[in-house]
Amino acid sequence: MKKGKILEHELVPKHEIMEESEVKELLDTYKIKKEQIPKIKISDAVIKEIKAEVGDVVKITRQSRIAGKYISYRLVTE
Amino acid sequence: MRTKRIKGIKFGLLSPTEIRRMSAAKIITADTYGEDGFPIEMGLVNQRIGVIDPGLRCKTCGGRMGECPGHFGHIELAAPVIHVGYAKLIYRMLSATCRKCGRVLLEEKEKKRFLAEIERQKEKQADVGDVVKQVFKEAVKNAVCMYCGEHQKVIKYDKPTTYIEIDEEEKKRRLMPTDVRERLERIPDEDIALFGMDPKSARPEWMVLTVLPVPPVTARPSITLESGQRSEDDLTHKLVDIIRINQRFMENRDAGAPQLIIEDLWELLQYHVSTYFNNEIPGLPPARHRSGRPLKTMEQRLKGKEGRFRGSLSGKRVNFSARTVISPDPDIDIDEVGVPEEIAKELTITVNVTERNLESMRETVRRGKRHPGANYVRRADGKKVKITEINYGMLADELDIGWKVERHLRDGDIVLFNRQPSLHRVSIMAHRVRVMPGKTFRLNPTVCPPYNADYDGDEMNLHVLQTEEARAEARILMAVERNIISPRFGRPIIGGIHDYITGLFLLTWGEKKFEREEVLALLRKIDIDDLGKPAEAPYWTGKQIFSMILPKGLNLQFRGRINDVIIREGELISGVIDEAAIGSFKGIIIDRIFRQYGEKAAKKFINDASRLAINYILHAGFSFGISDEDIPKEGEEQIREEAVREAEHKVEELIRAYEAEELEALPGRTLEETLELLIMQELGRARDEAGDIAERYLGIENAAVLMAKSGARGSMLNLTQMAACVGQQSVRGERIRRGYQGRTLPHFKSGDLSADAHGFVRASFKDGLSPTEYFFHAVGGREALVDTAVRTSQSGYFQRRLINALQDLEVKNDGTVRETRDTIVQFKYGEDSVDPSKGEYGKVVDIDEIIREATGAEVGA
Ligand SMILES: [Mg+2]
Ligand SMILES: [Zn+2]
Ligand SMILES: [Zn+2]
Repeated sequence: MKKGKILEHELVPKHEIMEESEVKELLDTYKIKKEQIPKIKISDAVIKEIKAEVGDVVKITRQSRIAGKYISYRLVTE
Repeated sequence: MRTKRIKGIKFGLLSPTEIRRMSAAKIITADTYGEDGFPIEMGLVNQRIGVIDPGLRCKTCGGRMGECPGHFGHIELAAPVIHVGYAKLIYRMLSATCRKCGRVLLEEKEKKRFLAEIERQKEKQADVGDVVKQVFKEAVKNAVCMYCGEHQKVIKYDKPTTYIEIDEEEKKRRLMPTDVRERLERIPDEDIALFGMDPKSARPEWMVLTVLPVPPVTARPSITLESGQRSEDDLTHKLVDIIRINQRFMENRDAGAPQLIIEDLWELLQYHVSTYFNNEIPGLPPARHRSGRPLKTMEQRLKGKEGRFRGSLSGKRVNFSARTVISPDPDIDIDEVGVPEEIAKELTITVNVTERNLESMRETVRRGKRHPGANYVRRADGKKVKITEINYGMLADELDIGWKVERHLRDGDIVLFNRQPSLHRVSIMAHRVRVMPGKTFRLNPTVCPPYNADYDGDEMNLHVLQTEEARAEARILMAVERNIISPRFGRPIIGGIHDYITGLFLLTWGEKKFEREEVLALLRKIDIDDLGKPAEAPYWTGKQIFSMILPKGLNLQFRGRINDVIIREGELISGVIDEAAIGSFKGIIIDRIFRQYGEKAAKKFINDASRLAINYILHAGFSFGISDEDIPKEGEEQIREEAVREAEHKVEELIRAYEAEELEALPGRTLEETLELLIMQELGRARDEAGDIAERYLGIENAAVLMAKSGARGSMLNLTQMAACVGQQSVRGERIRRGYQGRTLPHFKSGDLSADAHGFVRASFKDGLSPTEYFFHAVGGREALVDTAVRTSQSGYFQRRLINALQDLEVKNDGTVRETRDTIVQFKYGEDSVDPSKGEYGKVVDIDEIIREATGAEVGA
């Protein structure tokens, strides 16, 4: 597949880099530290594409067969 | 005591120095016990390397038996020997290093590259094995040493412990362990890192043994036989062999024996040391005990199912448990288990004697060994006294508050019941005990599905809970009625099977009429005090009787297997009860009662339904035999002519068209594939048609049809195969083709494409199969057999891996799924936070049902 096109593929869920304030809210909601968020590699194709950096938290909005819409968060790591 | 934290574990090789340092005694004699009956000094059962005799003290640590953990000794080997466990690695190292200077045969810059790669892998805590493999592979390619210019010779490894050097003229020279050791010694420390090893903890020459550690006697205790004779452990036997050969070797060498004899003894020493480590080396005859039994040496102690890891560390045996064959009893409750009195008398529960139970416990002790009695009492001072024929009366009088009584298992005690393989949580459930005569565990057949049990000789385990907490937990979490609904698919897993379904089906099918006496007989074992008014006085209907076990006010409407079932205000208005209504895995009525009226009501319903069903089927009578598949003459004719012959004609026509090249290929298929496909279709249709014809002649009154239609047992396909036509046999979804060239059997012409020649069985099981048909059936059957065998082993392995990966995950109060470090795995359990056993078949709520309940109106009607 051509570069830059993967974000448009129907099987690739929406990835958004979260703002500092949003991240703080997320951590407060679940009473967790950043390290307790599931991880995603910096080498991940989508992470490279949206130019996220190590330490960023991405919000992933997926279409779920069970729940309709499911929101997940991932911490970008080495 | 100061607690310490383990920071890491490092594996290495034992160096000769270390072996000597950790040794408490040098062992030189093979003898164990002297004539005085005491262990011989310097012997294999030495008082300095541990004590196993009561009364003796360890000469190293002063501990008595049980206190002294044992200490290692050592044997100085007369000549070095290869450690079999490392023989392969030694070979690779010899091949990868220079025979003269010992350096690894790689250029300096290549070494740097590999070392960096190994370092990188170690940092990632990844396996260095692949890099090391690369090192060996590259190094052997170099035939000349780049450091000293030495021409290398090819080394041949002769399993299990022989190395031979071959030069260009094909001249062979055996490398003795001494040569091997010298070569390994020459490998410089800085090159050893290339093998992924740390020279400080594992020098390669340590793989060639010069000193042998002798494990403490506590690790190889001898046992005293009834005759008073001592029987030594297998390891001790092996060590005796090693010491004997070692001595002979030394004597011969000191006496200046010829080289040939020395070499033979050396080989023998090597054999004994090798089999000491592993007695199952390919190419070596296993060392045997005097009785001919192969010895169990080091590796055999650790390896396999009964080895130290799987057998002793991961697997444990427990007390307070029993195991026996299971058999059915539809008259006990679903959450009961029938326990043979013999077992009940062996399994005990410890009761603390208090002022409230003192009298009843006295009574229990006074019964002694007779069934609801007791086996032991424990006095207030902790002294345990066995209850015997002589002392029970005395003990009962003496019994006081603060004592403990180990009483027999009684009716109503809660126990865990289990059947292997314990694949899901309902493989272990809590049952109430019911002590019975006989030798088997009794189980209500409705509870067979969760255990996946049947009564063809299955055995089950029973565990008696020993603490109040355990009993409470079992009652709350593991009781059978708690687990009626499966968390896997949200439907009842406990429910009617086989005759239960047939019984209720027969009862509610059509308009059956019963007199008062009959009704009372059917409801004999069920707690019902009002028969109500007979619907067709003086007769009660079957539906009415079934309604009596339904909870009051139940409203339910669903599609059964046969027709629509309507239940209004606890009355079965119309429809027949079948698998969909009360069967396990489906059971809509059970499901609804569980959700609407709770687990107690659901349990009562299943209890009542199972008794009613069995009572009715006994009352009505139900049997099935070979004549139940008899079809009238005209039916048989029809099957032969209309179904089978018709299809065979069509197949012949297809083959003719194919041979005349008139057949057109289907899209994406070759002509041959198309033909096969069409033939399969045609023959498949033939069997279905034969089945349909058979069905027309066999009504629902037919026992087999009734069972198939109600979902009790068997299918219409089974019936078709018995009564009409077995049909096409297949291997991998295709007609049978394997066998000889161009044909399946020598009975057919080569290239014959007809139905007969490729596994179409036109006979029915009742008719009997022709020899060729029988053969094809066996071919197809074998595939099914192999498939199930492969599938079960594979799915079992996958299940274990999955459980291993998921077992520590937990759903927290905020709905997140987290693992033990509190790292989040899922932000919302299952993405929708629904427990499948609480939701409505995959949805959170059943909106239709809520509306129906609130408004009384049918949704969408
Ligand atoms: Mg069985
Ligand atoms: Zn000791
Ligand atoms: Zn060299």
